[in-house]
Amino acid sequence: MKKVFQRPEVLSDVVMHYCPGCTHGIIHRLVAEAIDELNIQDRLVGVASVGCSVFSYNYFECDMQQAAHGRAPAVATGIKRVHPNNIVFTYQGDGDLAAIGTAEMVHAAARGENITIIFVNNAIYGMTGGQMAPTTLLGQVTQTSPYGRNAETQGYPIKVCEMLATIEGTAYVERVSVDNVKNIMATKKAIKKAFQTQIDGKGFSLVEVLSTCPTNWGLSPVESLGWLRENMMPYYPLGIYKEK
Amino acid sequence: MSDKVLMKGNEAIAEAAIQAGCRYFFGYPITPQNEIPEYMSKRMPKVGGVYLQAESEVAAINMVYGAAGAGARVMTSSSSPGISLKQEGISYIVGSDLPCVIVNIVRGGPGLGGIQPAQSDYFQAVKGGAHGDYHLVVLAPSSVQEAVDLMTDAFDIADMYRVPVMLLGDGMLGQMMEPVEFKEQKGRDLPSKEAWATTGTKGKRRKNVVNSLYIDPKELEDLNIKRFERYKQIEANELRYEMINCDDADIVLVAYGTTARVANSAMRSARSEGLKVGLIRPITLWPFPVEAFQKAVQTTKAFLAVEMSMGQMVEDVRMAINGAKPVHFYGRTGGMVPTPSAIIEELKKILGGER
Ligand SMILES: Cc1ncc(C[n+]2csc(CCOP(=O)(O)OP(=O)(O)O)c2C)c(N)n1
Ligand code: SF4
Repeated sequence: MKKVFQRPEVLSDVVMHYCPGCTHGIIHRLVAEAIDELNIQDRLVGVASVGCSVFSYNYFECDMQQAAHGRAPAVATGIKRVHPNNIVFTYQGDGDLAAIGTAEMVHAAARGENITIIFVNNAIYGMTGGQMAPTTLLGQVTQTSPYGRNAETQGYPIKVCEMLATIEGTAYVERVSVDNVKNIMATKKAIKKAFQTQIDGKGFSLVEVLSTCPTNWGLSPVESLGWLRENMMPYYPLGIYKEK
Repeated sequence: MSDKVLMKGNEAIAEAAIQAGCRYFFGYPITPQNEIPEYMSKRMPKVGGVYLQAESEVAAINMVYGAAGAGARVMTSSSSPGISLKQEGISYIVGSDLPCVIVNIVRGGPGLGGIQPAQSDYFQAVKGGAHGDYHLVVLAPSSVQEAVDLMTDAFDIADMYRVPVMLLGDGMLGQMMEPVEFKEQKGRDLPSKEAWATTGTKGKRRKNVVNSLYIDPKELEDLNIKRFERYKQIEANELRYEMINCDDADIVLVAYGTTARVANSAMRSARSEGLKVGLIRPITLWPFPVEAFQKAVQTTKAFLAVEMSMGQMVEDVRMAINGAKPVHFYGRTGGMVPTPSAIIEELKKILGGER
């Protein structure tokens, strides 16, 4: 019998701790499939960040390091400089990457560091219980923007891809989404391309994946996908922002 | 190779690290340690190593974390304000049991402070400036030659026990020129890093994970206890100190680093005046050489700790003496350096019963 659906080799055979309907799980799977197809598992080193994906070191069957909050790109830099032939990636949330880790992200990009970042943007701090993130939309209600994010006092959500596209050192930057099957396929393609960019030695690659947090958005998984489409996509347009 | 060369402390420290096999350096400029990254940027490419100027000390120490986790001999250097920024990374390095060397060329503080030599970061180095239960091994050379000689040890101790090691100097040590000899260093038999370093599995082994997160408190407690068993071994095997003229001393000076040189010349002048003065110079600040004090306390009448601070190491001296004899303190701070004559004056006050 031919197996038509099986777990990617690089995805561990354990139960993930994500909430039901959370798209972190889908993104893990897409990353794993891309890795399998590129056959890079044996020389892969992943860097887990601090956020809901903190346990990703348990979910990928490759060497892993767990980094302090926001520092994953610096940790990945250290690994890559020691083993330039390894494929090194980080998996980071929006709070991790675009708030506390902004400097590490921007400067890894500026150095053209030959690493790949999987950036999961769910417009909220998931792990700590739904506080405002740097990517929280204007008007969005969170635990720390109870009246809706107000630009006057809380500023504007950061557009990471647009910002990184202006940096000379970036080689591949794309924003994708996992709200429907077509976009999920496109997400996998983008992740594969990002890893290929690193394999080809072209420099810094980042894929921003628009993702959901049903638990902290206070919506059902299906409603969440709709909310993502209606609210996040207009402000965070999908597309390739940089390709060298 | 064994000819003496005249070198600035900072440059000699950098060269010694390279000779000890360090091939990765991540840093960020700050006075008075700039000659270390500058030297590294010149030399590393020539020996097939990596020099990287990070965007901050925070990033630099996390690059060290990544490189150490990947199995490399790696180092960073900074001075007080920069070392404060590195504390987060130091805690993660400890928690993940990674080896590395951190050079701290201390300057006056707090805040931006000054750029002159100080020892006011003793507490931060020795008592733990970051979160969690841990110790740093802290080595405090008092001359450029000793800094050079300690460098191989620093890396070896780090690798042997999987701990970060801090070389604690001050602006004076970093900036002074002294003749140094780069002796052939033996090095030790060190454990392999294969069992834990993230080098890629190459399809040959199970995955390695470098991590400091343990949600189960029992597991975390067990790991801390295991780490402290290694600290016990370090205390047993790696203690370093110097005792001079303590046997017949009425009073024993206690000083480390460059201050110990000032204390040493104060001791010699005092002796020529007939005062019976000795000196204990801790070389490892952690582990603190308690045994030296237990010896000296048998014969001497009092101790005088001298520091370039408001009094930090003196607390460890008091603990080592445990109330058996009086422990006095003399210090200058903010970049001011004690003079031998000021120390002698203090000695005379104490011996004359004024204190
Ligand atoms: C230095 C530090 N500050 C704060 C925290 C607490 N913290 C843990 S996860 C997190 C936010 C994570 O949000 P995000 O990166 O968006 O990931 P998500 O959980 O949404 O996937 C914060 C603030 C921490 N662990 N370390
Ligand atoms: S809190 Fe949100 S981001 Fe975290 S696992 Fe649950 S749904 Fe996913």
